[in-house]
Amino acid sequence: MSPDNAPLLAIADLVKRFGGFRALDGLTLSIAPGEVLGLVGPNGSGKTTCINVISGLYPADGGEVLFEGKNISGTKSHHLVHLGINRTFQVPKPFLALTVRENIEVAIAYGNHPKGLTDAEPLLESLRLAKVADRRAAELNSAQQKMLDLARALATGPRLLLVDELAAGLNPAELEWVGGKLKELARTGMAIIVVEHLMGFIEQVTDRVIVLNAGKEIFEGKLADAVRVPQVIEVFLGGAHAA
Amino acid sequence: MLKALSRRFLRDTALIVVPVIAIMAILPSFYSNHLLLFNFVVFLTLAQGVNILYGFTGYLPFGYVGFFGAGAYGFSIAVLHLKAPPLAALVAAGAAAGALGLLLAPLLRLSGAYFSIANLAASLAVLQIISNPNLEDITRGPYGISLSGVFNPTLAYAMALMILAATLLFVAYLRSSNFGLALQAIRENLFSASMAGIDVVRARMIAWLACALVAGFIGGVFAWYVSVFFPETVFGAEFSIFAIVFALFGGTSTLLGPIVGVVILYGVYNLIGVSAPQYFQLIYGFLIMALVLFLPNGLTSLLQRRGIDVP
Repeated sequence: MSPDNAPLLAIADLVKRFGGFRALDGLTLSIAPGEVLGLVGPNGSGKTTCINVISGLYPADGGEVLFEGKNISGTKSHHLVHLGINRTFQVPKPFLALTVRENIEVAIAYGNHPKGLTDAEPLLESLRLAKVADRRAAELNSAQQKMLDLARALATGPRLLLVDELAAGLNPAELEWVGGKLKELARTGMAIIVVEHLMGFIEQVTDRVIVLNAGKEIFEGKLADAVRVPQVIEVFLGGAHAA
Repeated sequence: MLKALSRRFLRDTALIVVPVIAIMAILPSFYSNHLLLFNFVVFLTLAQGVNILYGFTGYLPFGYVGFFGAGAYGFSIAVLHLKAPPLAALVAAGAAAGALGLLLAPLLRLSGAYFSIANLAASLAVLQIISNPNLEDITRGPYGISLSGVFNPTLAYAMALMILAATLLFVAYLRSSNFGLALQAIRENLFSASMAGIDVVRARMIAWLACALVAGFIGGVFAWYVSVFFPETVFGAEFSIFAIVFALFGGTSTLLGPIVGVVILYGVYNLIGVSAPQYFQLIYGFLIMALVLFLPNGLTSLLQRRGIDVP
């Protein structure tokens, strides 16, 4: 990161506990505008918890989350949206009884899009939802619901987008298209954190990755380099393969 | 988007609000049982109050009558102790229900059946407080209220109609505004609603207070109209049950649904419920069972399934 490419988001010593379990154990990371950062790790390593804390769903138990230099720990989710942070959900949570268009319109109305987005049409077109715009979200298939979840997030004009397993369940053609879409968003200056299990997708879209295990960072760098680190191999494949 | 929403508001107003108010305003000239017509207006209003909360946010208020009773007593205490004229006392009715709404606002942290049961318990607690003999100097305790000095059924009916009109217009607004859309988003998923930028706590609170005010104002008018009543009269569980069943029977999130529910079910109740209550309960039971089994989203869902945008 160059000095004039200051981090948009910086997390320092982040701790999140669930009872006696430390889901995040002193995690530190940062991301600059226009960068795509992958968060990878086995199940339970703290990837989604990290996104949940950044997006205000869970309060942090320690450490700090700085957005543009301001501590946003404890800030309510809707305020974070207005600051320019949004996310998608691992299991999409669209407003099922509303139409696809209404799902996006409500986010346009209550978000804080910096370019003053007033019309759902560009997003419907961009995310291939135009043909189902007037159908209820409950009638969409899971891939379309994921795109609607992404559209809801983009409708608020985020500068930091947290993407939680968007690629799961998509076919290869859809994966390539969604990957291209994320890279296109990053080129506009949007910082994107991608949580994903599909390594091919991570390789396609990210500039660097952070590998987590038990809430701690065990590697930071290019994905291609991560696969040569014994500790990374051990957490993904077990001790025998790391030897 | 705004133009489309405004069109919807105008359409709902023209198709539902204006005709309903006009019919209920004209009917007393042709039908002599004014008490029955007044009760229809009361239940049309209460069913829309339930619609505001349940239809748009998903909270089912089993203790909705608490606000109705608070309004009735707010009105009565203003008349009896402050010698307020009825129209000013109606402000006290709304204020009493609004204050109770604020007091019970923490219940909104609960969801589903937990909220409904807590709300029911809260309304029973309010009844016990109001009917406490130690508060006789303020509430007349269990001995009831007599407001014969301000008895004016004609003006009270007119006020009830105005409250109904305001309630219907508010529901039409919810159906055609971004705020109504936000409430429905909250009903569907709290987390996604937050991530759409909606201040969930604030929006939910507004809906809660609006539904409390609706019941409070109509409760105040009810006290004015009947003039003599006991705590059990205005805190009776049947007000909550009827309002909820009527709203659900017709279909919530629409203007038409609760109206259809009131007309059919309260109509059936008055046709046979008084003369042959045993048959009424049987028929009522069958109607409600059939609804739950075959039309859980209410009668208007029959039209919605065919793609019709029910007003």
